[in-house]
Amino acid sequence: MAVRSEVAEPVDDVPLHLREAEATGRSVTLKVWRGDPTGGELVSYEVPAQEGMVILDAVLWIQAHVDADLAVRWNCKAAKCGSCSAEINGFPRLMCKSRLDSFQGDITVTPMHTFPVIRDLVTDVSWNYEVNKQIPPFSPSEEDLKDPEPWRMQQEDVQRLTEFRKCIECFLCQDVCHVLRNHEQKDQYYGPRFMIRTATLEMHPKDSLDRRPMLKHKAGLGMCNITKCCYEVCPEHINITDNAIIPLKERVADEYFDPVRWAARKLTGDKRGRRPVRGMEDAPDQR
Amino acid sequence: MAEAAPSRPAVPTYTFEVVAATQAAGTRAKRFRGGIQNPYSRLPDWLYPTSIVVVFSLFIIYSGLVVLFETTGRFGPYLSPFFSPEVNVRLAGFLIPPALWVAWAPLTFRVTCYYYRKAYFRSFLLHPRSCAATDPEKRDYRGETRLWVFNNLHRFAFYATALQTLILIYDAVIAFTYQGAFHFGLGNVIMLVNVACLLGYTYGCHAWRHLVGGSTDCFSCHKARFRLWKGVTVLNANHALWAWVSMFTVWFTDIYIRLGAHGVLGGAAWL
Repeated sequence: MAVRSEVAEPVDDVPLHLREAEATGRSVTLKVWRGDPTGGELVSYEVPAQEGMVILDAVLWIQAHVDADLAVRWNCKAAKCGSCSAEINGFPRLMCKSRLDSFQGDITVTPMHTFPVIRDLVTDVSWNYEVNKQIPPFSPSEEDLKDPEPWRMQQEDVQRLTEFRKCIECFLCQDVCHVLRNHEQKDQYYGPRFMIRTATLEMHPKDSLDRRPMLKHKAGLGMCNITKCCYEVCPEHINITDNAIIPLKERVADEYFDPVRWAARKLTGDKRGRRPVRGMEDAPDQR
Repeated sequence: MAEAAPSRPAVPTYTFEVVAATQAAGTRAKRFRGGIQNPYSRLPDWLYPTSIVVVFSLFIIYSGLVVLFETTGRFGPYLSPFFSPEVNVRLAGFLIPPALWVAWAPLTFRVTCYYYRKAYFRSFLLHPRSCAATDPEKRDYRGETRLWVFNNLHRFAFYATALQTLILIYDAVIAFTYQGAFHFGLGNVIMLVNVACLLGYTYGCHAWRHLVGGSTDCFSCHKARFRLWKGVTVLNANHALWAWVSMFTVWFTDIYIRLGAHGVLGGAAWL
């Protein structure tokens, strides 16, 4: 493991609180993964510490003082943009929401394991955007489209969807999902983030599509075995499993695994009145 | 670390399948080999799966012995939840173990329960042992498809168990009379607590939550269903806790009644 502790001349735009941190004399050792697609290693840095500092502060201090070429993706430093996802001591977290003083000893910062590294702490998450394109977007009915009046939604209908709309697309849930992380089955499961997105559409009172065929086949909903790690890592505390994945599993069970409901539909017709999404049944065998 | 940073490769036009393939091409950072530090739990990550394996295994062994080898679950006015409702059928002179007619329903309900799925997938099958744990990377994982597709029958197990829970309420109430007189003893309290916990677990079930209101897309169009859904959601939020507590109350209730039935507790009136 390489060790770099030499401190370069501080640059002028170092934030005041980091300058104060240097003055306190306390420091922590940050082991940051440096590398690219060909390989890499953990590099140790001594970083001055101050109360209230988060991991992202420390990484930015390294960038400003020691290694200006350290690659890190960040934007808001307020846990709202979802850019600074990484693994801190092996656990997926936002760097801007992880305080230095909540860790003891050396702190290891590595890029998200589930996605390929571009450089240092930056990973290629483009697969998620491709998955997103697979999901048929919000599709109101012809009748609603012709309605000249503004649509009115009641509070209880909005509240249910608001939880899902809090998602900041940090992809920590995708990173921790063992189907994608340990079993590398990105071709068979869309992942928790996109179960949230599908739930937002499926539970929208004005949407007219039935995405259950997609969920069962192409999206691979059956690959999720309800281990709730996605919920554990979500920085927005969205109850991904209980409020999105399980309700979607129950909806798929309505359609495919419930002979009583099947018989009722045959007798009385499908009261949901949604148009099923076709062309999504060609995924590998996930039945 | 490489001395010179490589130039960024040209970004190809990705498709879902191409990206999925490149993501699996071994260009990821090496796994973290130290102890994974879960910020939300200070307990070691082996503790949860180990506890599950030990407790579940003990419960399964106990239940198996009771269901297969015990012929009665009655002690005075009390009836064990393993034997309710009482069904005594003889085949060629042999009594079919009465609990066999009953135990399949709660067993199936718990095996297919969304909380228990998490518990046994994590502990018995290590899928995954713990969040972000460095488990072996295997491509043959099939999730809840193929063999595990039976988990989708959870709602049918719920129907049977919901009915059985109502019968247990009847048992708890009728246990207040014994030999034509009012009776109150420790067993009554145990049976009432057991029924209360089973109600909390059974009627906080995800399948029930879906049935009462979750399946609708428009809460404001179905006000009564929405209110029911909100009520079930309160129980559902602690479904794991209800699952554990109700398992222990069933276990304890049966042990109490079985000890009484075998004469271990004696015959004091307060029992």
